[in-house]
Amino acid sequence: MSELSPFVLYFVTALLVGFTRGLPRQVILLAAPVVTGLHLWLNVEIGSTITHAIMSYELIILRVDKLSLLFGYLFCIASFIASIFSLHVKDTKQHIAGVVYAGSALGAVFAGDLITLFVFWELLAISSVFLIWARGTERALKAGMRYLVFQVLSGVLLLAGALVYYHNTGSLAFDHIGLEAGVAGWLIFIAFGIKSAFPFLHSWLTDGYPEATVTGTVFLSAFTTKVAVYALARGFAGEEILVYIGVSMACFPIFYAVIENDLRKVLAYSLINQVGFMVTGIGIGTALALNGAIAHAFSDVIFKGLLFMSMGAVLYRAGNINGSDLGGLYKSMPKTTVLCIIGALSISAFPLFSGFVSKSMVMTALMHGDYGYLWLLMLFASAGVFHHAGIKIPYFAFFAHDSGIRTEEAPNNMLIAMTIAAVLCIFIGTQPQYLYALLPWEVEYWPYDLTHVLAQLQLLFFSALAFVWLNKKGLYPPELPSVNLDMEWFYRKLLPVGAQQTVNFLHCAKKSTLTTIMAPMQGIQTKLAQSSVAKYYLSESWPTGSMVFWISAILAAFMLLDIFGLGH
Amino acid sequence: MGNNISLLLVVIPLIAAPVVAVLPRGRLPWAVALLVTSLCAVLAGMQLWAVLYDGVISYELGGWAPPWGIEYRIDAVNAFVALIVAAIAAITLPYALLSVEQEIPEEKIPLFYSALLLCLTGLLGITQTGDIFNVFVFLEISALSSYALISLGRERQALTSAYQYLIMGTIGATFFLIGVGLIYSQTGTLNMQDMATILPGVAHLKTVDTGFAFIMIGIALKLALFPLHLWLPNAYTYAPSVVTVFLAATATKVAVYVMLRILFTVFPHSFALATPAEELFIMAGIASIIVASTYAIYQVDVKKLLAYSSVAQIGYMALGIGFASATGVTAALIHLFNHALMKGALFMAVGAIIYRIGACRMDQIHGLGRAMPWTFGAIVIGGLSLIGVPGTAGFISKWYLVSAALEQEAWISVAVILFGSLLAVVYMGKLIEALYFKPATDSEKEVTEAPLLLLAPTWVLVFANIYFGLDTNLTVGLAETAAATLGVVNP
Repeated sequence: MSELSPFVLYFVTALLVGFTRGLPRQVILLAAPVVTGLHLWLNVEIGSTITHAIMSYELIILRVDKLSLLFGYLFCIASFIASIFSLHVKDTKQHIAGVVYAGSALGAVFAGDLITLFVFWELLAISSVFLIWARGTERALKAGMRYLVFQVLSGVLLLAGALVYYHNTGSLAFDHIGLEAGVAGWLIFIAFGIKSAFPFLHSWLTDGYPEATVTGTVFLSAFTTKVAVYALARGFAGEEILVYIGVSMACFPIFYAVIENDLRKVLAYSLINQVGFMVTGIGIGTALALNGAIAHAFSDVIFKGLLFMSMGAVLYRAGNINGSDLGGLYKSMPKTTVLCIIGALSISAFPLFSGFVSKSMVMTALMHGDYGYLWLLMLFASAGVFHHAGIKIPYFAFFAHDSGIRTEEAPNNMLIAMTIAAVLCIFIGTQPQYLYALLPWEVEYWPYDLTHVLAQLQLLFFSALAFVWLNKKGLYPPELPSVNLDMEWFYRKLLPVGAQQTVNFLHCAKKSTLTTIMAPMQGIQTKLAQSSVAKYYLSESWPTGSMVFWISAILAAFMLLDIFGLGH
Repeated sequence: MGNNISLLLVVIPLIAAPVVAVLPRGRLPWAVALLVTSLCAVLAGMQLWAVLYDGVISYELGGWAPPWGIEYRIDAVNAFVALIVAAIAAITLPYALLSVEQEIPEEKIPLFYSALLLCLTGLLGITQTGDIFNVFVFLEISALSSYALISLGRERQALTSAYQYLIMGTIGATFFLIGVGLIYSQTGTLNMQDMATILPGVAHLKTVDTGFAFIMIGIALKLALFPLHLWLPNAYTYAPSVVTVFLAATATKVAVYVMLRILFTVFPHSFALATPAEELFIMAGIASIIVASTYAIYQVDVKKLLAYSSVAQIGYMALGIGFASATGVTAALIHLFNHALMKGALFMAVGAIIYRIGACRMDQIHGLGRAMPWTFGAIVIGGLSLIGVPGTAGFISKWYLVSAALEQEAWISVAVILFGSLLAVVYMGKLIEALYFKPATDSEKEVTEAPLLLLAPTWVLVFANIYFGLDTNLTVGLAETAAATLGVVNP
């Protein structure tokens, strides 16, 4: 029975979802993650593999070790919660896209070779874009297109890297690759980097996620970046450059998140910031750091999912997600408020909540690894998280000035999904030994000692104080409906304008060059026009004339090159 | 037995063509054409079988022994291409019935099928014959009939584009003929096999060089290699739907075959390597992938978009040929087959849209994907195959092309192939966006799904796209055998 790859069940489910409606569909949607999770837990043993030969390559469809298994559990839980959250949705394509997307994520983490990984990598890209397009707005369509181009770019880089890697080493196995693998290593590294939203490669995330549907964003936040984190942990653990990349990822989004108005976009920035912690952990590469990165991925999927769900519920009920227009919603949505605050406490790493037990591992590893000043930067990042995700999200959505919006509590299925996530946050935070037992590397670690708890609480209280003080003094950046410039500006605005300018410039240059050259030619031309050759010129008509020009040009080039012996 | 098949493949459609032309109006001409094309497909399959198991077939026309008489000489390469042509024709014909009845004036329908069969005769003839002058003759048969077919398009531009194609195609054919003449003057033979044995002795002559250049450029025009592609976009766009499907999936493919045959069989392998042909192929391939794909993004007419995409795809084949290695030629042949599948499916699906709404401009098809889910599904899967997503035939092509490029350490080509996929994502994305995600503009007109007779052939090709993406034994095995037959070796 362990001879069944977990993604198969999801793809079958996707098929079934296409042909069912109503209650049977809901049952199928919920059964898929549960059955797959049980299958992973009870049937699949560490070390088992499934191989499949295609085109003279031996592909490893299933490769189970503790690392892949942990992500397997995580993705089952995440897709279970997301499925509950989206039970009310009638749109068939969203359900199919969500299930295929989650299944591809499972397929990717159990892939034992680079080609299988690539296949699921592409499936992730293609299935997920429908969650953005399903929103149906003009903005969503455009953002989805940009998102897709980035994702496919990552895919083709991975494919190129895999082929070069195979060419060099004769192996397609997906184990530690490392940057010392040369071009191949770098190609694969950048492919992973795009999916994990490295700085300058991140704009697809902040551009695409806020435009997705209410439920789509919950799916999106769980899988793409986490698959990339998994891939980095497997292929590039201990690459020092990742530490610096990770720290900058943890820091730069904070500034954007603080001034951003669209609250789901704030969460998208905070997603990058959290992935930054994981990437840093992978870069340090010690057993503790890697465990920390993986554990943080685990808790992040759940608390970030919880936050996206609560904001989704707000968007669903209030029809708006701009901080400037919301406020006072705690009166109408008290349960959502409480659940959102639990998510906020988790992401801010309050002791007794899940963020604390995982993030502190990365921080400790950073200390042990002699990255003192980076540790300070990460402390700043932690404080920033608390600011923008821990306080700003619940404050501007549910409290702040009363916007006068009166609406209903979130639908029951949303509340149930959020409650499950919230319970998990607290459970992991108070009973971390269960999560630690699943971690792939053997390390003795316990987060609840005096220094940790004290340091974290001080950090949190002082940044809370800062928020309150800044807010009272009116120094805190107000929530304004505005557009903030990020990387995407380069290809959304600069590139088209730049291209236009270049074309204009070239056009001018061509014109002036032509006039300079043509002036003396004019005389000759008038002479020619009177001669009998002119009638050939007049017979020119596009595209035949152009074709004749090209065919003679190529023939001439061919013959000239041939005569001068420019062959081999 | 095997010998007769090769002759029958050309003779049956040739004889059927005038018969169809004089048949009474109604559905009889179609039925006869359907019968003929199905028969050809079966024969082509049998011929391939015979070649694979009994080796090369040689048929002497009229009993005149080669090199004096004309010889039909079939090995794995032509048998493979002939099967593609005949099979596509057989799949197109069921599709043709309704589409042709709607797009072609009733009195011209028998003539239409007659011209289509003549075109098939020409294309099959090119693949069958072992005589280079005969290749020219069949090239002209297929070209002349396709000019006529294109001019039957529903818009008035069809006439001008057919006329432009006529002039340009004739220039290409003339170049080819000049080249053949020059080479004949030095070798004294027109039989390709015979030529191959004589040419090494005279290869140092500049006349042979010049002849080679003329032939290469003549065929480059026929296969629409950038920048000699100018005839293609208009011709494909304004031709009747059925003609577009048929020509896109077969005509340029046959030209690629001729190119391979002359490069690798007729001329000694070292000869082509000493000329700049390979370099020009790679340059043209790279340029066409980038430029034509970019043009495709900006098209407002769906058929033109796909036509430019075809030019880009021909660039991929040119790259494969340009690598001049066994892997490269294998990749080119695989892509030749797979591209016939994907463009066939896509043009059929677009033809179904034209059948329903009579147009296919981007702004006229908004929201049609919801009204025509099966047609839309075919476009999505065909598009994925075009992009080269794993699990589709297109992926196999890309895989072998990239492998071939890596073998030569042609990094620029690798980058271009992969960048081409990205551009394909954009132009197919635009099409899918318009079809499905844009709100329908014209709500008072209720559009329904295309009839089964149009959908079934489309989906046969769609499933072929998926099947050959998963089971590669047939395509890759055949392409490898064919490449080996051509005698290309990895350097």
